[in-house]
Amino acid sequence: MTITVKCFASLAPLQPKNAGAFPIAPGETVARVMERLRVPEGGASLIFVNNVHRQPDTVLRDGDTVGFFPPLGGG
Amino acid sequence: MDTILRIDVGAAGGPKATPTPVGDYAGLGGRGLTSAIVATEVPADAHPLGPENKLVIAPGLLSGTAASMSGRISVGCKSPLTGGIKEANAGGQAGQLLARLGYAAIVLEGARQGDDLYVVRISKDGVTITADPSVRRATNYQLMDKFLGEYDKTGAMIAIGTAGEMGYGNSTVSITDMEGRPTRHAGRGGVGAVMGSKGIKAILIDAKGAKSRKPADPEAFKAASKAWVEGLEKHPVTGEGLPAYGTNVLTNVINEAGGLPTRNFATGQFEGASKISGETQAELEVARGGSATHGCHRGCIIQCSGTFVNKDGRYVTKQPEYETVWAHGANCGIDDLDVIAELDRLDDDYGLDTIEMGATIAVAMEAGVAKFGDGQAAIELVREVGKGTPLGRILGSGTATTARVYGIEHAPCVKGQAMPAYDPRAVKGIGVTYATSPMGADHTAGYAVATNILKVGGDVDPLKAEGQAELSKNLQIATAAVDATGMCLFIAFAVLDQPDTFQALVDLLNAYYGWNLDAAGVAAYGSKILAFERDFNQRAGFTSADDRLPRYFKREPLAPHNVTFDVSDAELDSVFG
Repeated sequence: MTITVKCFASLAPLQPKNAGAFPIAPGETVARVMERLRVPEGGASLIFVNNVHRQPDTVLRDGDTVGFFPPLGGG
Repeated sequence: MDTILRIDVGAAGGPKATPTPVGDYAGLGGRGLTSAIVATEVPADAHPLGPENKLVIAPGLLSGTAASMSGRISVGCKSPLTGGIKEANAGGQAGQLLARLGYAAIVLEGARQGDDLYVVRISKDGVTITADPSVRRATNYQLMDKFLGEYDKTGAMIAIGTAGEMGYGNSTVSITDMEGRPTRHAGRGGVGAVMGSKGIKAILIDAKGAKSRKPADPEAFKAASKAWVEGLEKHPVTGEGLPAYGTNVLTNVINEAGGLPTRNFATGQFEGASKISGETQAELEVARGGSATHGCHRGCIIQCSGTFVNKDGRYVTKQPEYETVWAHGANCGIDDLDVIAELDRLDDDYGLDTIEMGATIAVAMEAGVAKFGDGQAAIELVREVGKGTPLGRILGSGTATTARVYGIEHAPCVKGQAMPAYDPRAVKGIGVTYATSPMGADHTAGYAVATNILKVGGDVDPLKAEGQAELSKNLQIATAAVDATGMCLFIAFAVLDQPDTFQALVDLLNAYYGWNLDAAGVAAYGSKILAFERDFNQRAGFTSADDRLPRYFKREPLAPHNVTFDVSDAELDSVFG
């Protein structure tokens, strides 16, 4: 099982080399992926799974796309 | 700020300036003052470019004080674009300086005599107004070159480019930044055309010798000011996110959320988003010797702007904002930051609203005037607008007019004003604001994107209709109050999340004016401003039918979420019902 990982803004340095096919175990959560990427505590305030805002306890599936953003604003 | 400077452009012998007491308008500032004056003094059936309309330029309640972030200036009138009341606001230096000179507002009024163009000069010694034939058809940067020596050290310039002079529905009033460049614009609604209709090309402000304004309770003001700065610095958005990447950090976020209007709102994601993102933009600016962190006025600690230079390291424009990058980028299918920067420069130079211009070009592209993605064609179209060719005049009249001329249904406008950079089908809260704001489609009037997407000030699902009307209502009321203070709206990120920072803002007002405002009082203040605006619009002929999105947003689903705008009419009417 693999997912696509996207780390944006100040989290960009955490983007893994295999971001387009990042392997996950069955039942793996967003929180576990964040641990593996070493996203600091509270560092990702916005998490998107397949373009929808989700919480860290979301269980991922094969082919999902996960985006991580730090706190940000604009407009 | 006890004085309103009224300039009668129809006076015998040329425009005449008369300082008048603020009178019944005391206690109002910024948008509160512009909307009160327009609603009270301009007949609702006035033609926007006729003698009965007025252009009101007002710093905020806290402008010119030592309070950080208080540099916004409001420009109000009856809008040539919407036909309703308009307040457009901008950063830059002018707000602080006008306030220090003691002016609560400048009002341009009366019936222009002849076709001379005038330059107004304001200093602590008084006001002079002179006809200047050399400014005719001058662009904003040409005006800068001509007058910079007069205002660069202790002053600022308020001006219109060619768009305002030609009376376009899309025309701004420009405000110079810390470097004296005309990069800050009261952009929306065609306010520049109203200034042009009064024959005033530029207002040069010299605040030499003017002092910072003094609060009623200096100690309380100082304490509130300290808490205010601490609150802004500790919030991750105002303290870190905005300074590092600027507003364009939103391109990737809104694209990821599926709400980035692409190719005239045809879809919600742009394949070239990463190439025009804030992250790419900041990296490019720094690599070329520009800057990714810069303020638009002295006293700004958020520093959301920057400096965009070309491959040779030469200045092109200020860091294009998210809205600009979207309007000229994703919405036109253009993925080249150099093209977008050139368009931003041209917009600033001619005095064009980047949102309206980009939305207009996208409509023209849908009509086949140019191909989506053709950056050079987009540049040529904006040049046509600047030159005033027949095609340029059509495009300069705005998105809705252009769509009508070319027979296109897809005009993403409310009350004649183009929607900004968030598709209302995938960010439904901002759709409610677009529909119901007295200003027409305006994201700043009630920035529900914060709560829908950025999860600031709560969490309301952007894809569901539930809760959006209430969210937009509360934000529109709070925003109207903030727009009266002269504070940059970006303070809202910290104010919405941190009760002590909201309190610091209230304390600043109370300490300065000797008031006893509380949270309910702030809400009442915001509601009062909206009531002025709604009342004017109703008298101008607006009804609930105008508080709607174009029908196709209800009919055509938006990818990737395949959603339509499904907030009911009854819910829209409940916002101000």
